[in-house]
Amino acid sequence: MNIVVCIKQVPESTEVRVDPETNALIREGVKSIVNPVDENAIEAALQLREAHGGKVTVVSMGPPQAEEALRQALAMGADEAILLVDNAFRGSDTLATSYALAAAVRKVGEVDLILCGKQAIDGDTGQVGPGLAERLGMPQVTFAIGLEVEDGKLRARRVLDDLFEVLEVRPPAVVTVVKQVNDPRHPSMKNVLKAKRAEVVKWSIDDLGADAKQAGFDGSPTQVVRVWPPEKRSGGKTLEGSAEEIAEELAKAIREMTLAAG
Amino acid sequence: MDFTFNEDQTAILEAVKEFCEEELAPNAQALDEAACWPGESVKKLGELDLMGIPVPEEYGGLGMDFVTWSAVGEELSRACTTTGAVFGAHMLAMAPIMLFGREEQKRKFLKPLATGEKIGAFGLTEPGAGSDAAAVATKAVEDGDYYLLNGTKIFISNGGEAEIYVIITSTDRSRGARGMTAFVVEKGTPGFEFGKDEKKMAFSSLPNRELIFTDCRIPKENILGRRNGGFLVAMRTLGVGRIGMATGAVGLARAALEAAVPYSHQRHQFGKPISSFQAIQFMIADMATEVDCARLLTWRAAWMKDQDMPFEKEAAMAKLYASEVAMRTTTRAVQIFGGYGYTREFPVERYMREAKLFEIVEGTSEVQRGVIANYVLRELNQ
Repeated sequence: MNIVVCIKQVPESTEVRVDPETNALIREGVKSIVNPVDENAIEAALQLREAHGGKVTVVSMGPPQAEEALRQALAMGADEAILLVDNAFRGSDTLATSYALAAAVRKVGEVDLILCGKQAIDGDTGQVGPGLAERLGMPQVTFAIGLEVEDGKLRARRVLDDLFEVLEVRPPAVVTVVKQVNDPRHPSMKNVLKAKRAEVVKWSIDDLGADAKQAGFDGSPTQVVRVWPPEKRSGGKTLEGSAEEIAEELAKAIREMTLAAG
Repeated sequence: MDFTFNEDQTAILEAVKEFCEEELAPNAQALDEAACWPGESVKKLGELDLMGIPVPEEYGGLGMDFVTWSAVGEELSRACTTTGAVFGAHMLAMAPIMLFGREEQKRKFLKPLATGEKIGAFGLTEPGAGSDAAAVATKAVEDGDYYLLNGTKIFISNGGEAEIYVIITSTDRSRGARGMTAFVVEKGTPGFEFGKDEKKMAFSSLPNRELIFTDCRIPKENILGRRNGGFLVAMRTLGVGRIGMATGAVGLARAALEAAVPYSHQRHQFGKPISSFQAIQFMIADMATEVDCARLLTWRAAWMKDQDMPFEKEAAMAKLYASEVAMRTTTRAVQIFGGYGYTREFPVERYMREAKLFEIVEGTSEVQRGVIANYVLRELNQ
């Protein structure tokens, strides 16, 4: 089974700082990591490969330093890594990102499954996976918490707000996974050393034979009007006393809040 | 002279730090009271190729050096002293096989140790032979193609859990140190049993067990090094072991320092964080300086080992200094934490109990001073 995993390099910090001039995230001094749930997608791919054979190719679009994220995927055990790197990709929103990734998947060729994390911790849109399925004309299953292959069919268990849903699709398909789907492995040291020496393939927009108008700034109808960090939460209130007293006070507080909210 | 790590070492240390943070550190406190072998963590060390760092690749190792081994050991001990101690004791079985093993012994015993498939241990100490290593009373008597082992080893780290043991015996009591022989003994050999697991001040999850040999038949091909050459095997193993102990002590001391600093910022007295008081600042300064000195001594000894230079004196210095630094640093950390430091709510109380071990095992501080003095008195008297 040939699997493509799409990953993103993101800043590690949860303390996001925003440049008020450009509305862009300040990345200086912040360590870059593989988007955490993308590691779950890599792990899911590796487990499927271990069970059914095949090949795991990891693809990322990003600046040259995103190569580090791909090396992390190689260290975990991915077979091949491809970086989509070109000035033409700069400023991509989710529409343009899914355009470039879809072109890359087509260029990879015979693919049975495309795995993504459900969303990235920096942009938090969760749109690239579904966008990719749309672009490729493939069925999609989002928020998978379980994934298996049986009789040539993919069976995925989705986790929704208040229910689970089991879907069966015929490959090729796009699946996005949630954190609870597995526990990503730590790379072995032999793989860490191997990944350091491995080649990360680089594809430009021309290599993809893609249309520059649909990529990067030009292909991105989304305009970020303003970005700001959320207000810091205040410490909240701690109730003390016996269980009865706490319950009493809590009920009172809830009643007041409900009244205030009308 | 170069104090930087190369790219491979850096990549490995980065991966190890992440593993330590996510897998080891969260369980460290619980292991203190659990008295439970950290089997899961030890298994992962093997899966991650961390058990045989300086072992050549052809024997299943990573083919790196002892400096890397020590740097990794420090990270492990910083996150979880118990796992770090298992890692160190494991080397006590690998080192003598690397140094003295014949090709087939390396293939049979070193390989499963290097991959972590099997755990190793080293048996020298006996009720009557500790600091005086030549007083070993466990006898090995020739019997055809075999030797019959009889006697008892005590305090053996990894004892019971390990599957491959390097055991120092007496083959000719009249010759003392020149009548000792090292054997590789596998768990499950008839006549080889485990006795008491010591209850200790700390490290409850690290087994320190009795090994009991009763007419235990060991084939001659399991002799490590030469017959009657066991004292050399023991001394060379202890040399590497001392780097390991120094490594563990540095990791522990660093854990104490890294716990004390943020606490000193958080803890307010007289309207200020206690880190603003010179009394605390000077303690922190001494702790940081001493941890650094201990690490540099340790890495120098490891580096000398990597260069095939004699390193026994330097390993003794590293072990002596690092273990005493661990004791002082953990004691100061408890002092900085004050009353809370004496409670089991914070790890520094455990660190202080754990530190004492390092001043005793692998040669007490007194033995190290004796070793160092021997070298210095000879070297400087020319």
